[in-house]
Amino acid sequence: MRDLSREEILLLLDTADSFRDVSRRDIKKVPTLRGKTVITLFYEPSTRTRVSFEIAAKRLSADTINISAGSSSAAKGETLKDTGKNLESMRPDVIVIRHSMPGAPHMLAGVLDSAIVNAGDGSHEHPTQALLDLFTMREKKETLDGLKVAIVGDIIHSRVARSNIFALKKFDTEVTCCAPPTMLPPRLEELGVKVSHRLEDAVAGKDVIMMLRIQKERGGASSIPSIREYSSLYCLQESHVKEAREKVIIMHPGPLNRGVEISSDVADGPYSVILNQVENGVAVRMAVLYLLSGGEG
Amino acid sequence: MILIRKGRLIDPGTCRDEVVDVLIDGGTIARIGRDIAKTDADRVIDAEGLIVAPGLIDVHTHLRDPGYEWKETIRTGTMAAARGGFTSVVCMANTDPVNDNKSVTEYIMKKAASEGMVRVFPCGAITRGLRGEDLSEMGEMRQAGAVAISDDGRSVKNSGLFLKALEYARLFGLAVICHCEDEDLSGGVVHEGSASLFSGLDAVPPIAEEVMVRRDIAIARYVDSPVHITHISTRGTVAIMRDEKGRYPRATCDTCPHYFSLSDEATLGYDTNTKVNPPLRSPEDVAAIKEGLRDGTIDIIATDHAPHDHVSKDVEFDMASSGISGLETALGLSLALVHEGVLDLMGLLAKMTINPARLLNVPYGVLAPGAVADLIVFSDTAEWTVNKAAFASKGRNTPFHGTTLKGRNLVTIVGGKIVYNDL
Repeated sequence: MRDLSREEILLLLDTADSFRDVSRRDIKKVPTLRGKTVITLFYEPSTRTRVSFEIAAKRLSADTINISAGSSSAAKGETLKDTGKNLESMRPDVIVIRHSMPGAPHMLAGVLDSAIVNAGDGSHEHPTQALLDLFTMREKKETLDGLKVAIVGDIIHSRVARSNIFALKKFDTEVTCCAPPTMLPPRLEELGVKVSHRLEDAVAGKDVIMMLRIQKERGGASSIPSIREYSSLYCLQESHVKEAREKVIIMHPGPLNRGVEISSDVADGPYSVILNQVENGVAVRMAVLYLLSGGEG
Repeated sequence: MILIRKGRLIDPGTCRDEVVDVLIDGGTIARIGRDIAKTDADRVIDAEGLIVAPGLIDVHTHLRDPGYEWKETIRTGTMAAARGGFTSVVCMANTDPVNDNKSVTEYIMKKAASEGMVRVFPCGAITRGLRGEDLSEMGEMRQAGAVAISDDGRSVKNSGLFLKALEYARLFGLAVICHCEDEDLSGGVVHEGSASLFSGLDAVPPIAEEVMVRRDIAIARYVDSPVHITHISTRGTVAIMRDEKGRYPRATCDTCPHYFSLSDEATLGYDTNTKVNPPLRSPEDVAAIKEGLRDGTIDIIATDHAPHDHVSKDVEFDMASSGISGLETALGLSLALVHEGVLDLMGLLAKMTINPARLLNVPYGVLAPGAVADLIVFSDTAEWTVNKAAFASKGRNTPFHGTTLKGRNLVTIVGGKIVYNDL
């Protein structure tokens, strides 16, 4: 998201808008990408993102192939570049990659002609998540400008936080990151965000509260003494929501750890847009695939 | 006999800076003076407009031999050294097997004698297998030709063992070269700063280096042993060295050209050639390193020449090996310090000749009648573009490919023998 301009983001969101109805019809398919091939190459486990990309591609009539690291030659020691080049020899149009290491999609983009979509690279970025988050914010709040957003949780390990920060700062928004200091990267303020360590303070007066899970696979658990203590300090409860703006929306990229960073009351409550995010993810990814495989833009 | 005519001789060891002729007879310098007759020599090198200096001495090189010959050999590494203007290199112990006993030291000495283009001084391991558990047999390694010891790549985590190493090494006059890194604090691949905020790469805070620098010098001071901190990279370390040297002059340090030539901004494109340990630091750190070079806090410029094969770098940034192939760009990059006014030529060359020689206690790095004829002829103004394909080193891993540098080595003479000539 760091490299996208405000105008490019808006083009993506507007395009996603036009695709959303496809998923609400009886026949959920348009011929837009007929004859195109989309490969999803996932080196990290994922349910939501992968299914979302696959459904997005299929609703655009593209052919999809899913590869996960466990079932590919990665397990046999092939390098990422070689895997990419081999896949490209079969002439796909788009390769969607998720990888545990920052910069892996950039490396592929440097050596392949196919369009590369970053579906999450380590702690770096998760651009389509940020796009669907912005899409959901705009849907519920009509405009992004003027929004006050709190992002709470394991920020240092979160690609979702990074991408959202980069994207939101292209608009006139106020972003507050909240976590214990061990979960915040040093000099975070340089990204133009406010930093808070108290959940009560961070959520007060906000339009959007985005909760993040602890990234155990990236060492997030070592940043806190116990889940128990963390949840006593940073689990979003109804009492917090009352301190936010009226009509606040509660977001979470999933997977949820109920009772850790978000209480069930809030996750399932009237302000939660968590499932809207998932629905919008399909439209946003349709827009990304469409624009990358020859659509206007 | 070789006559080098009308070059500007700059020798920090004797504080000499004048246009003179140098006559080499056999392996030593016979005469230095004006208007030495051409008839005295059977080979004449016209050095007019060029600089004649002692051969450069690198206290920190990885020759990868034995064990990693596909990355570099003693032959190719010393060819790279000759091309870069180095007449002596100290090769680090992280070979396979590790240079932690005399048989490996002897292998290196023997191979260097038969196929080395420049002098090779082995650096033994401080601890066996670089494991940080037991002292290596440094006395025997000294006898076999080692001049220093280092567990380069790691710190000796056990402070008690490090204290013993300092005391024991003193018995043999071995320089102790310290890679300073607290591994409980490091655990990343780039500098912790603005660039890592953007790249999302795991970051190493500067304090990981600085706490170990403080510890190593504190222990050395306690046992009154000399200690040398290698490849310093942070503003904090420069301040610590300035402070510590004030009360304990036996502490010395070096930095490498990449720490004053590049900042962590270079890592933003995930170019694995910018991955090095310690990592490229912030622009503020770069400025502090230059200031440390200028005011004398930093004694030596070393290369940390770390050649790697293509595949070791042609992977994800997290997976890539650390290091830069540095012997062939060191002089050009360092001369930028002169062009920028950070150092004068005398000051720069001191950090690459006499200062390393004093650290290692070797009789090189000086140009005087009777001295061994290890010297170079270089241009401080000739512009050239770094082309990794032209490297003599097997390691093409450089972030400086395509960079235009001002100043280039032209002739390298080791023991009176021309080992590199591009005049």
